[in-house]
Amino acid sequence: MKQKNLELAVGLFVALGLAAFFILALKVSDLTSLGDDKGYRVTAHFENIGGLKARAPVTLGGVRIGRVIGISLDPQSYEAVVTMSIDPKYNQLPTDSSASILTSGLLGEQYVGLEPGGMDDTLKDGGTIKLTQSALVLEKLIGRVFTNMASGDSTPPKTP
Amino acid sequence: MMALLAELGRFVLDRLARLGRANLFLLQLLRALSFLFGRPGLLVKQLHAVGVRSLPIILVSGLFVGMVLALQGYANLVDFGATSSLGTVVALSLIRELGPVLTALLYAGRAGSALTAEIGLMRATEQLASMQMMAVDPFPRVLAPRFLAGCIAVPLLTGIFTATGILGGYLVAVVQLGVDGGSFWAQMQAKVQLFADVGNGVIIKSAVFGLVANWIALFEGYQAEPTSEGVSLATTRTVVDTSLAVLGLDFLLTALMFGVW
Repeated sequence: MKQKNLELAVGLFVALGLAAFFILALKVSDLTSLGDDKGYRVTAHFENIGGLKARAPVTLGGVRIGRVIGISLDPQSYEAVVTMSIDPKYNQLPTDSSASILTSGLLGEQYVGLEPGGMDDTLKDGGTIKLTQSALVLEKLIGRVFTNMASGDSTPPKTP
Repeated sequence: MMALLAELGRFVLDRLARLGRANLFLLQLLRALSFLFGRPGLLVKQLHAVGVRSLPIILVSGLFVGMVLALQGYANLVDFGATSSLGTVVALSLIRELGPVLTALLYAGRAGSALTAEIGLMRATEQLASMQMMAVDPFPRVLAPRFLAGCIAVPLLTGIFTATGILGGYLVAVVQLGVDGGSFWAQMQAKVQLFADVGNGVIIKSAVFGLVANWIALFEGYQAEPTSEGVSLATTRTVVDTSLAVLGLDFLLTALMFGVW
């Protein structure tokens, strides 16, 4: 019986160790990211998503209402397709809502911010957000400032 | 002056001789490992002694190290509004450095010193000598199971330490401080690479540290002077030498990992 307990303890220890490696491989590193979302899916096309990552939050008025679950490229239009999963609690979003890619803080991560529109129809599972605004790419802005300075134009650059 | 030089020479020669003995000892250990295929019970018993019994200290330390990392990271990152990078900070520091190194140091203190004391005491009470007298080689019977068990236990303990640390970081960052849980994991997954970070850090480093820690512990025990003072000295030397070796090797392995040399 003593030997049996010993073997049981060692078996548990080895299983725990292997489980730890499994967690490190699946949950922590880039191997997979399994979503646990129950929300409805909405897609949006962006010209440029900057540094947006899968699982980034989707917010409305600063409140997180869902997250990004997939990023792909539309082979026809060469636009980035961002698939979001929105919490079923927030199923009253008008179809003319707009999505923009924002950055939290100066160095923070990028997230999708939604602005509600005014239509009566609401977004359903598989719906598309038509009005989108791409991420601000800092390098491009800086480049534009320098180009303007070099050409002697003193007026501030127009934001896109 | 001449006496001083001779002293230095003797010191160096002594060290070299000791290193040579240690290498021969390791060779004998490795040769004795095949014996364990026939006697897995010996291995299980030692795995319990060095692995299962080390779990409490590893779990508690891992949890607290992760929690402290998250707290410290938060205090600094919050100024830049970059608290969502906490996941990356916690995971990378644990996986690349703290997990393998702290586990090896804790292992040396918890299990390595016990191994040295055990073997040293076996020598002091002439158990090893009496085994040899009965034509039983102590290498496969006594030393090899302890060595192999330690080499298996350290990587497993490192994995457990690292995973617990990340969990601790998650608890403080997400549950306590209110960092967004999704971005905590997302940023972590975006930055942590399976082979470059987990493979090099947790697996290769911990395997090397495990081998070195057990090698030193068993060698010191085997070489201990068969007196109570000798055993206590050997135990102290195990902890000191293992810590120094682990920290030195960590630098070497990190340099190799980043391809500096």
